[in-house]
Amino acid sequence: MNKREFLQQVVAFLPAAGLLRMLPGTAEAKELVGAPANDYDPTRHWYGMGVDVDRCIGCNRCVEACKAENGVPDEPFYFRTWIERYSVRADGETTVECISTRPAQPEQAPPEDPAVVRTYFVPKLCNQCAHPPCVQVCPVGATFQTVDGVVLVDEKRCIGCRYCIQACPYGARYLNPITRTADKCTFCYHRITKGLLPACVEVCPTQARIFGDMKGRADRLVRFQRVNMISVLKPDLNTEPKVLYAHLDGEVR
Amino acid sequence: MSGAIPESLLEQLGHQLSQVVGFIYPNEVETQWAILIVVYPYLTGIVAGAFILASLVKVFNVVEVQPIYRLALLTALAFMLVAGMPLQLHLGHPERAYEIFFTPQPTSAMAMFGFVYLWYLLGILLIEIWFEYRQQLVLMAQKSRGLMKGIYGALSLFSKDLSPEALAFDHRASKLITIIGIPSAFLLHGYVGFIFGSVKANPWWGSVLMPIVFLMSAIVSGIAMVMFLYILLSLVRNEKLDMRCLDKIGLFLLVAIIVDFALEALDYIHRLYQSEESIGILSELVSSRLFTSLVVVQLLLGMLLPLLILVLVRSVRFNEELRKLLYFTSSLLILLGIFSMRWNVVIGGQLYSKSFRGLMAYKMEITGIESLMTALALLALPFLILTVLFLLLPPRWMERNAPTAAH
Repeated sequence: MNKREFLQQVVAFLPAAGLLRMLPGTAEAKELVGAPANDYDPTRHWYGMGVDVDRCIGCNRCVEACKAENGVPDEPFYFRTWIERYSVRADGETTVECISTRPAQPEQAPPEDPAVVRTYFVPKLCNQCAHPPCVQVCPVGATFQTVDGVVLVDEKRCIGCRYCIQACPYGARYLNPITRTADKCTFCYHRITKGLLPACVEVCPTQARIFGDMKGRADRLVRFQRVNMISVLKPDLNTEPKVLYAHLDGEVR
Repeated sequence: MSGAIPESLLEQLGHQLSQVVGFIYPNEVETQWAILIVVYPYLTGIVAGAFILASLVKVFNVVEVQPIYRLALLTALAFMLVAGMPLQLHLGHPERAYEIFFTPQPTSAMAMFGFVYLWYLLGILLIEIWFEYRQQLVLMAQKSRGLMKGIYGALSLFSKDLSPEALAFDHRASKLITIIGIPSAFLLHGYVGFIFGSVKANPWWGSVLMPIVFLMSAIVSGIAMVMFLYILLSLVRNEKLDMRCLDKIGLFLLVAIIVDFALEALDYIHRLYQSEESIGILSELVSSRLFTSLVVVQLLLGMLLPLLILVLVRSVRFNEELRKLLYFTSSLLILLGIFSMRWNVVIGGQLYSKSFRGLMAYKMEITGIESLMTALALLALPFLILTVLFLLLPPRWMERNAPTAAH
């Protein structure tokens, strides 16, 4: 195709595309989060996140930043991301706590327990599965996967049946009590399409979270995958998470 | 939409949070599918079960059950009309429910339910009832006056033909529809089971047996409901029961319970023997949070006790009055047991964390939309509808007014 043919087709296509746009189609990511940067091409990206468990200090700044950035209700029943603390005892017994349920108060260290031989923090969020069970079950297609690999919810279309919340193996979804629709982590889609980092990644003081693009050759996430042994949560469910953990204990579900 | 979070919701969640044992994901405090979603498969199951009982007469020519044929059909209709309501009320945005019909997502197990429901209601149940009652409706339209004449005329779709050919056609049509209706009834409730059984994230639900277990328990509850209503109506109207019919229903009920029991037992044995990752938390769930509703109510009171009673009735020669009382008692126990089974599936599946490390609690609201009151109203509504249906379409009218019209 030469330039002239191309331009002719563009001229012919534009009005037609205008007509098509008037039909109610499936939700587009653009409508949900505002227009991305002009030159943004979703087909050139496939987003994921790396989490280095060894680096997380459990400060909860990611949780606060997420709640502030995305208008997640403050109440301790609604989280797009949260931190779990694992305490492993000498006899192998592990206790787990969510340390994000009271973000306003600085988390106190648990009392010294000589039987505890090891502790670590695990940040959790939507795994942005490549094969998402939540998208599969949505009866009206309100939750969908974008071309660049992020699972979003169209709050104008969601009927609030909560099937997706049931289908998520990771407890990453909740029903937003204000909008009465399903809600979850978007990887801060409104930010990443403008070339910014998700809020949780931006504020993490230890760089425990690495946001990146699996299609980018020199991307930090690609490097993260190359230099670390990677595991994902609940791999047996075949959801193909795109949140990749380094130094993750097998105990974590 | 904007505004604050309802105070009652926060209170409920605060209470549920205080009851958590072990570790749960923080978003799991809220019980996403509550009492109304317990009511929904209960109602749908009764529809499917009652229809299958009715089909015994039409398709399998079980003549003994003829006296309850119309009762079973009307029962199915009354419960069917209410079956969709708990779903509708449960939605966060009920006003968008039409989207399921206009923009369904083909990969969603839930999306097709609307169509299955409509097919069953409009394609099977209403047409079957219309053919069954057409002759009576025409006669009633002829006999009544004023408004009622109009109503019966409209209900008969203004048909007037009472020729033997027309009546024979009614008969054939209703038989054909029943034949299509049996797989449709299986589909209706097996489908409800699939909505739960296909959730791989939740091992309490995710079982290939779930649709079949739902179906068998549906048949049990439908037969029990018709039996209960049949005995109740004979008491209310002070009429003599056809004991041959009642004994036959009792036999079907017994067989259905045995199959249901076997399937559920297989499910539990299979889980215990496979002993997968979730078995620890599921055992804890059954022995603590679900002990009363599962072991005591569902298994002992709702299944084994009525099973024992029905076996006794068949093996010992009790007199009619005692048999009636025993049937009545076991039908009530079974209806309670199946409700409990729906509760244990729906609520039970949300009382343990998907991290397999902790248990949640569910505190039922007394008033409000998702509440005990709404559930009771929805459970009572089918009986109200049934009363209206009985007044409008008396099941025995033909016997009294046109004895020649029997099949």
